[in-house]
Amino acid sequence: MDSLRVLVVDDEAGIRMAVERALRVFVVKVPDFGMEFGLAIEQAASGEDALETIRKAAPDILLLDYKMPGISGLDLMDRLNVDGVDVVTIVITAYASLETAVAATKRGAFDFLAKPFAPDELKSVMFKAAKHIVVQREAKRLAAERKHVRFELLSVVAHEMKAPTAAIENYLRMMQDRVLGEEVTAYDHPIERAIIRLDGMRKLVNDLLDITRIESGRKTRTVVDLDVREVAAACLEGARELGLPRNITVDLAAGGPVPLKAARGEIELILNNLLSNAVKYNRDAGRVDVGVEARDGAVVLTIADTGIGMTPEECGRLFGEFVRIKNDKPRSIEGSGLGLSIVQRLAHLYGGEATVASTPDVGTTFTVRLPIGA
Amino acid sequence: MGGKTILLVDDDVDFLEQTALRLRADGFVVVTAEGQARGEEAVSSGTPFDLAVLDLMMEHPDSGFVLGHRVRRARPGTPVLLVTGVTGETGLEFDAATAEERRWVPADAVLPMPIRYEQLQAEIDRLLG
Repeated sequence: MDSLRVLVVDDEAGIRMAVERALRVFVVKVPDFGMEFGLAIEQAASGEDALETIRKAAPDILLLDYKMPGISGLDLMDRLNVDGVDVVTIVITAYASLETAVAATKRGAFDFLAKPFAPDELKSVMFKAAKHIVVQREAKRLAAERKHVRFELLSVVAHEMKAPTAAIENYLRMMQDRVLGEEVTAYDHPIERAIIRLDGMRKLVNDLLDITRIESGRKTRTVVDLDVREVAAACLEGARELGLPRNITVDLAAGGPVPLKAARGEIELILNNLLSNAVKYNRDAGRVDVGVEARDGAVVLTIADTGIGMTPEECGRLFGEFVRIKNDKPRSIEGSGLGLSIVQRLAHLYGGEATVASTPDVGTTFTVRLPIGA
Repeated sequence: MGGKTILLVDDDVDFLEQTALRLRADGFVVVTAEGQARGEEAVSSGTPFDLAVLDLMMEHPDSGFVLGHRVRRARPGTPVLLVTGVTGETGLEFDAATAEERRWVPADAVLPMPIRYEQLQAEIDRLLG
């Protein structure tokens, strides 16, 4: 069990002993975070002693007497503020006046204890202080984690840009050096390849913008009453067009309206990402079957294809960023590797989840659950 | 230099295509393989080659390492050129400049991405020289 360091500063030995006795075997439970702390109690008989102890190692919690000879409680708080010491301070005072409270609060006091105090009052104040510390630590940890994730995404993106940039540059150099001769038509293929790679880069940029919007643009979301079936029917048109050259059929199962409070653009983004995957990774003359229904308190979208399928191992890492499952599909498939990550982020935004089931060479079914009224 | 065979393994189809084209224009015979799995097939198939150019990161972060070892075992003495875009960026820094390094890096030279054809050409000339 972790322990929090508590420094009791009071010129009255009786008070210091009383605190130590009350808290020695006390366990602070913070169930919201599943944490428990013991308390390690130290004592200081004067402001001067306290300063020395704190400068060696700052405690987590300071129980500080307001009125002491020499350096007073207020003086001590001033000095700690100057030193930038981060400690949760609880002021003990026999003069519970407004003036005292204001002066101490100004200096950053977290709470007060009026003398004389019962052990239960002390424990309740300690509990509040511990919870405050846990919340602060958790907030700090989350901020650091977010920064880390963002940095990681950035460095992977930079890396993802390198390969297509190099490919395009090399095709241009081939032309510059007339590697294939003077005839322009000889360069049809390199030009086509360069355009495909540029297209991939543009998709990457667009998808990154989508992700940034999901992450930060919550203010601009317009949630309205939607009929998800109607949205799906509209998205289907685009997928049908995409499948036409390869004779792929895209169908929506019949049914009535499926209402959901949602931002239309976000639902479209989910459907379009899954539909274009279902077409791209399908076999020629294959099928894509789309289902939209309300089931168990959620809108459930299913997109099933008759494509190349994936192994369980491939399915397992599918929703990560920049995952592209290697396959023998035509080279004209240029994905950003972000599409499914976008789908999953959006599903989470609605309190739902995207899942996948797949059989190699048979097909893949994506299911997105979006809880109604979440 | 003409007539020598080069095995080219990379997961970027454009890199394969461009490099193969230029090497062929320079008189080499080029065998290409897309990715580690195909590279392994090419190495174990017994197709003879005089030099291997391997990308480091393909299906796995260390695909080029694995292939390099395969080449050394299947065809001892055949020079291996490892091409990588990750040194420095990931802290995975290594080179094959010294004999000590070449003991654990299964390559005779390491080239950083992005790589100009002229650099590759110079390294190939040096290793086959």
